[in-house]
Amino acid sequence: MRALLLMVRRGLAQHKLSSSITAGSLALACGLVMAVFALREQSYAAFTGGSTAFDAVLGARGSQLQLVLNTVFHLETSPGNLPWSLVQAIERDPRVKAAVPYAVGDNYKGFRIVGTGANLFSDFEARKGDPWRVQPGGRFFEPTLREAVIGDFVARRTGLRVGSRFQPYHGLTYVESAKHEEQYLVVGILEPTRTPADRAIWIPIEGIFRMGGHVLRGTGEAFDASKVAEIPDEAKEASSVMLKLKSPQAGFTLDAEINKQGKVATLAFPIGGVMAELFDKLGWMNRVLEAVAYLTVLVAAGSVMASLYNTMNERRRSLAILRALGARRTTISAAIVLEASAIAALGALLGFAVYVAILSGAAELVRARTGVVLDAWAWHPALVAAPLGIIALGALAGLLPALSAYRTDVARNLQPTS
Amino acid sequence: MSPSPHVLHLAGLRKSFRSPDGSVQPILDIDSFALAPGEQVALAGASGTGKTTLLHVIAGILTADSGVIELAGTDLARLSEAARDRHRALHLGYVFQTFLLLQGYSALENVLLAQMFGAGADERRARELLDRVGLGDRIHHRPAQLSVGQQQRVAVARALAGKPSLVLADEPTGSLDPTRARDALALLCDACREQGAALLVVSHDRDVLARFERVHDLAELNRAGRAVTAGGSA
Repeated sequence: MRALLLMVRRGLAQHKLSSSITAGSLALACGLVMAVFALREQSYAAFTGGSTAFDAVLGARGSQLQLVLNTVFHLETSPGNLPWSLVQAIERDPRVKAAVPYAVGDNYKGFRIVGTGANLFSDFEARKGDPWRVQPGGRFFEPTLREAVIGDFVARRTGLRVGSRFQPYHGLTYVESAKHEEQYLVVGILEPTRTPADRAIWIPIEGIFRMGGHVLRGTGEAFDASKVAEIPDEAKEASSVMLKLKSPQAGFTLDAEINKQGKVATLAFPIGGVMAELFDKLGWMNRVLEAVAYLTVLVAAGSVMASLYNTMNERRRSLAILRALGARRTTISAAIVLEASAIAALGALLGFAVYVAILSGAAELVRARTGVVLDAWAWHPALVAAPLGIIALGALAGLLPALSAYRTDVARNLQPTS
Repeated sequence: MSPSPHVLHLAGLRKSFRSPDGSVQPILDIDSFALAPGEQVALAGASGTGKTTLLHVIAGILTADSGVIELAGTDLARLSEAARDRHRALHLGYVFQTFLLLQGYSALENVLLAQMFGAGADERRARELLDRVGLGDRIHHRPAQLSVGQQQRVAVARALAGKPSLVLADEPTGSLDPTRARDALALLCDACREQGAALLVVSHDRDVLARFERVHDLAELNRAGRAVTAGGSA
């Protein structure tokens, strides 16, 4: 065994460059495979389960997916507005435990401003089991004042702090010329929630109603709320209503009433189910990514075989000397397989660095775009299966060069070369 | 059955190769040859008399067509290839003409490897042997970092590493200048004597042959070699 390990060590040392390059290509392949599987599972879990403590979303008639993306993930545009009567009706529904309206239409430097009720922070949670919390020195907004609570990511990206004032920009995308006149005071920064809420700015819904240039069409006719002291309920509108239901059964009956029998609104329930449908539709993309990852592994395994096989001619003399010293054919063959496995093991080890790099980059991108946080260090079975598979494949790739070593003609290769 | 009084005994040894034209070319045809434990013998032979082939057959690197090759009491012809490898590692040391050191390995590792395939690594003995051949301060040097003479000494230490009962040396001074050759041969003979190993040297160098009391002419010993020599082969 000691001889075997010495032979492997020297084999690796004598072919440092090709061994390193091969290990590097295996590292890329291993990291890619682990990243593809881990990213798929983590993003699925994050987008279908962990991001929200809401049970359902009520919005204008349209796509459930658009409704969820707009209200839960602060992506996409709103499918339309709900008349205030529907907001009030759902608030009063005995199957609903809590309801809070959302109104969107403005941003600050690209971060979405969401008008909502103060009960968002009392009746709902940031994540299941995690109540909303503001960082020390802050508080939640007063519903009648021009105050804002901002997400942790927004604070870090924009530099806004408690006490900062800002002017919203009209629309969901940042256009410098579309600045509103109103000034809002930041009164609180949310503790990081690791959800899309981290990249939202929360203001009282009245603020959205009264923002200069906004027009309410609850009655069907344009109503400028910036000029009146009291806004009539019939003029008000909401982009959506976030709901907490008393039971899952309530969700199914509401779904039947609103989506199947009704014609004016859409209920997205369960929210995770709506997102799961999206992932199912994108399943083909995952399969393509998996296929690319597997192909990379095959190419890398081929490179192990090629690099070892190409060195066999220069190794023959050494192998013949080892045989003359008493090494068996099986010993030198085993040394070659072990060397291939060692290269693969090194590649698998480096693969973790590649994996962390890919996942960190992807997690940063996903967080910047959606607020959803993926954890590069989270456990996934692929983190064990892929390295083990790579090592096994490396050993397999060493078989052909090992066979060539096995067949080394000792007497012929001991002959003087000069 | 009494133990063999010889460390090496050849009887009726035949070895031939097939030529590219398909004809069978006899290389070795030796009726009888024996070597007692600790004995030092030289075989004199010009090129083409089958010197290297004979040593390879004795080492079990090549198999004979027929005959007995008894090394340390065991007939190699009765052993499987793996058993021959093991027997070689346990009982035989080999000094090649061009030393054939493993280039990627240090002097110490070259010696240790020879032990590892036999009874097991004994680093103390490996260091002592290298010290004995005057390379105690070069044990971590690679062959390329050693002079030709130093490489030859590593080869001697390696050949003796596994406490062999027989050391084969194929033109052991062929790569050295006369002064170094003389020193190297003296070292080889002395070291074998100290370690209790028999020594069989094949060479065409008269200076080398002159050192041995028992010298056989390979052309006389090997009938096939005689034929080759008579045929004018180089």
